[in-house]
Amino acid sequence: MRTKQLFLVALAIMVSPALLLAAGTVSGKVTYTGTPAKQKPIDMSKEPSCAKQHATPITTETVVTGANNALENVVVYISAGGPDELNAPAQAVTFTQKGCQYIPHVLAMHTGQELKVVNDDQTSHNIHPLAKINREWNKSQPPGTPPLSEKFDKEEFVPVKCNVHPWMHGYFAVLKTSHYAISGDNGGFTLPNLPPGKYTITAWQEGYGTQTQDVTISGNETKTVDFTFKAKPY
Amino acid sequence: MGKLFAVILTVIALLSAIPIVTHRWYGSGISLAPPEDISTHGHAIDEQLSETMIEAGLSFLAAQLLLALFVWKSADRKGDDKIKTFPGGAKGLVIAALVLVGSEMLALGVLGQKAWANVYFKPAAPDALQVQAQAGQFAFYFRYPGADGKFGALHPDKIDEGNSNFFGLDPANDVDSRDDIVSGELAIPVDREVHLLMHAKDVGHSFYVRELRIQQDFVPGLDLSVHFTATKAGKYEIVCTQLCGLGHYNMKAYLNVLSQADFDAWLKQKASEQ
Repeated sequence: MRTKQLFLVALAIMVSPALLLAAGTVSGKVTYTGTPAKQKPIDMSKEPSCAKQHATPITTETVVTGANNALENVVVYISAGGPDELNAPAQAVTFTQKGCQYIPHVLAMHTGQELKVVNDDQTSHNIHPLAKINREWNKSQPPGTPPLSEKFDKEEFVPVKCNVHPWMHGYFAVLKTSHYAISGDNGGFTLPNLPPGKYTITAWQEGYGTQTQDVTISGNETKTVDFTFKAKPY
Repeated sequence: MGKLFAVILTVIALLSAIPIVTHRWYGSGISLAPPEDISTHGHAIDEQLSETMIEAGLSFLAAQLLLALFVWKSADRKGDDKIKTFPGGAKGLVIAALVLVGSEMLALGVLGQKAWANVYFKPAAPDALQVQAQAGQFAFYFRYPGADGKFGALHPDKIDEGNSNFFGLDPANDVDSRDDIVSGELAIPVDREVHLLMHAKDVGHSFYVRELRIQQDFVPGLDLSVHFTATKAGKYEIVCTQLCGLGHYNMKAYLNVLSQADFDAWLKQKASEQ
């Protein structure tokens, strides 16, 4: 009898976290229809130290596509229904300037999360996030200086440019959630660890704007949500 | 003591003669001379600068040596000696010097404007290669009209640097702009006149190529132009010589003077990238 009770207690201890953690996943693919704008090679001839880092010139990244109409660099995130998150993740996100290019082109972060800006080049950069809701700033970063540390307090998609190299362009996606993903080279994304509930999923592309879809997670399941953007040739 | 001053004056005058003597040692690296001229009009400007250098230099030398001579002669005055004055008073001499220097300056100006006007007042030949130059913080961009020979209209509101639309073209609606070629370097064919149409995107900048003997400001709101013919293939630096902001030190581009065949190939390559 005693052993049976112990067994049940042990079973309860083992099962209860699994019940509490019952977590769904939203995954899917971002694609486009139509003809996206042709990406142009970037002329960096004025900055030889950067130009020589690219055997073939890199191109602009306003629309980055993959095989089977996959659309990359799309930020997919929980815009409504997610749990309130008061604290930003402790780990910093990093934005690197290398070969006079921003890596990654689109960087997502939580409001209040530390952002580190690294200059890997032999030239000075002047990073300038063109924030409208957050405070706008621009900082000069000569070669060899330690990473800059910054943070954004409000939710916003911030275009980023370099005041020294006009072709350098990127985006910060400042979100109020840590449930976000950026579509990869097959257009795919995964939002794991979603407790049961009703969510609004938003997909944002820098030139095509946003799309939303609602999804309900009712346990340990994976729901598929696909987004399709209409591409324009110009 | 006075004689020592006269000697120092002479030494200073003779040392100042060094840049005058060496001012035409182009490309030697020793003198202040600019690098070798690669333009058809540059020799007239060099000639004019040389003339100015020689005349002003000789006048300077003569004045300094004369001053040294008088200092030497009038030095070591005893306490009871009368102060020596110029015989007949200085008035006539001062007037003569004014007239002499004035007419010299006037002559240099009148003759010099010929060299200048030849570049800035004479219109470019109608068949000159038209290239548009845009200066903006902190880079130059150049635009070629493409196969149709027409520049698409500019729409400042359409400027989108992240999309490499530095000029503000509207290819969606404006057919002329679709084949326009935009480049970060200025490639031109050798021995062909180039008509550079210049405008500023933001603040004042300047287009300066030492080897071309061309320096022209970009003035916001004004469409300015220069024309020139490069005579020697090679790669030369275009620098901004008007303080335009924090990144001014880094505002440059390259002038790439190519043979006609290389230029055609370059243009074709660039056109395919647009």
